[in-house]
Amino acid sequence: MSLQLDDLSVDIGGRRIVTGIDLTVGDRQFAGLVGPNGSGKSTILKTVYRVHRPSAGRVLLDDTDLLSLGHKDTARRIAVVTQESASEFDFNVREMVMIGRTPHKRSFERDTDTDHEIADHAMERVGCEQLASRRFNTLSGGEKQLVLVARALAQEADHLILDEPTNHLDIHHQVEILEIVSGLGVTVLAALHELSLAALFCEAIHVLRAGQIVAAGSPADVLTPETILQAYGADVLVIEHPDTGTPHLIPRRIQPASGAGPDAGDSSPDPPAPPGVT
Amino acid sequence: MPLSVVLLACLVFLLVTMTAGAAIGSVPLTPSQVWHVVVAGIAGHAPNTVAGIIVWQIRLPRVLLAAVVGAALTTAGSVVQVLVRNALADPFLLGVSSGASVGATAVLLLGAFASLGVWAISVGSVLGSLAAMAAVFLVSRTGSSLSPTQLILCGVVMSALFESVTSFLIFRGNPQATQAVLFWLLGSFGLASWNQLPIPAAALAGAMVYLMAQGRTLNALAMGSEPAASLGVDVRRLRRNLFIVTSLIAGVAVAVSGIIGFVGLVVPHIVRLMVGSDHRRVLPAGVLFGASFMVLGDLLARTIVAPQEMPIGVITAFIGAPTLIVLIRRHPYLYGATQ
Repeated sequence: MSLQLDDLSVDIGGRRIVTGIDLTVGDRQFAGLVGPNGSGKSTILKTVYRVHRPSAGRVLLDDTDLLSLGHKDTARRIAVVTQESASEFDFNVREMVMIGRTPHKRSFERDTDTDHEIADHAMERVGCEQLASRRFNTLSGGEKQLVLVARALAQEADHLILDEPTNHLDIHHQVEILEIVSGLGVTVLAALHELSLAALFCEAIHVLRAGQIVAAGSPADVLTPETILQAYGADVLVIEHPDTGTPHLIPRRIQPASGAGPDAGDSSPDPPAPPGVT
Repeated sequence: MPLSVVLLACLVFLLVTMTAGAAIGSVPLTPSQVWHVVVAGIAGHAPNTVAGIIVWQIRLPRVLLAAVVGAALTTAGSVVQVLVRNALADPFLLGVSSGASVGATAVLLLGAFASLGVWAISVGSVLGSLAAMAAVFLVSRTGSSLSPTQLILCGVVMSALFESVTSFLIFRGNPQATQAVLFWLLGSFGLASWNQLPIPAAALAGAMVYLMAQGRTLNALAMGSEPAASLGVDVRRLRRNLFIVTSLIAGVAVAVSGIIGFVGLVVPHIVRLMVGSDHRRVLPAGVLFGASFMVLGDLLARTIVAPQEMPIGVITAFIGAPTLIVLIRRHPYLYGATQ
């Protein structure tokens, strides 16, 4: 019962974005949150890290209501990695990682040797220690993301929230980031776009559609063509990953490719009308 | 470079510029004459010589006021840039200067607060900036949060509105008083006196204590409001407090000196290039360097076309604009360029 969302609903600007979410991430479990754009993944995660307030229901951290904790207390338990965003401010990598120590420090408290050791260790764990004196803004997207993971590690939280941390990354960095995170031994709740990648790393997957959970369970149970069609309206083939046996999704074209194979166009059940036909 | 070395260098530079500011003028003095008067003055008996009167009565209050205003505008600028997460923000973005203009113009043209004598303009501009600040704050608030984009937009819109009120007052006013308004709008330390110093100095000191206590959370806020929230920062409260603190010190600075542009925009960038972006370094270095910058600017303003005085806003813009352009061209990746 590490992280639990109990009948959680969130309104933004008077509009209900997610409704009645029940979701439990067990201790040290790697759980995935998937769903189409605008289905409420980020809203749920932002409610967990206290950007939004629940409109109804609760977020429980080891059975304690999150709202009863102070902001700093929350940040000592929950660290967050989001998509890298450009910074107007020119911090170097070591400074970026040290910012992860913020929730552990009081006003005027100086950085101690222990803080620096924690930051060093965090950079070593993600393998970015050679970047320590580089300017963050000069790094590549993949390097930046590694640094943000190191910053989350320096926060020493036992829960990690990932909000599409691998977007815009190449396939090597996508796998590398998730591999590092899954080796940390912390409780993870990750919103992921890449479903096959989610299947490779997540122990449980929760599927959202229009602010509600429509399926939850192991990747093999959840990532079926039927569920994907229901949640995304997308027609996919699902095969087994040769290494792991996890589901691997193969997208299909909506219209048959010109000059495609002999079966093109026949295999998709109920193809939607082509755009432009009225 | 360790922070203590940087700060020591900035402090030495400030003392040199302040000494120059007190020594150079229509009656040139030597640095030793200046320091002789300063030491005696601090001991409570400034010499009754020509040098004594020039330094203690005229130049020293002026130099100190320029230093305090330069430090306040730099501090406000550094913080506003974090508050709206925009490198082009300056302390006047949030309506402070345009509100102050309305207040000061009302005093100069309509004779508001005439009973307050020499304090009338200061009181008028402080009230004007407080009113503008409150208006921007209330207009840009949705629910209980201040988002950077809304702050910028509301600040710009409200500034335009207040500026048109100023224009209206000038349009209705008589030409002589309009001259005084124009001079005030461009900024000057020509009327500096000892009794103008305590309020801005105290405001700056109080703001610095608060801001240094927030040094770490300012760094977190520089990451954006959502990352800051995930780092345990109460973003709403912090934004609100930063808004109030920066508007107050900028408003008090404007009240004693008029509207001096570019210092709060350019000096924070120069300071970040010297010491990096960690606000525990930027803020103290900014106070010392911003003070030096303004003392130098004022020295130029009153010597470059002597015996006349140039409005200091002209000087700071002439130094500030090319400096900022050089910085942008030298460090393109900092200002939005891709590699």
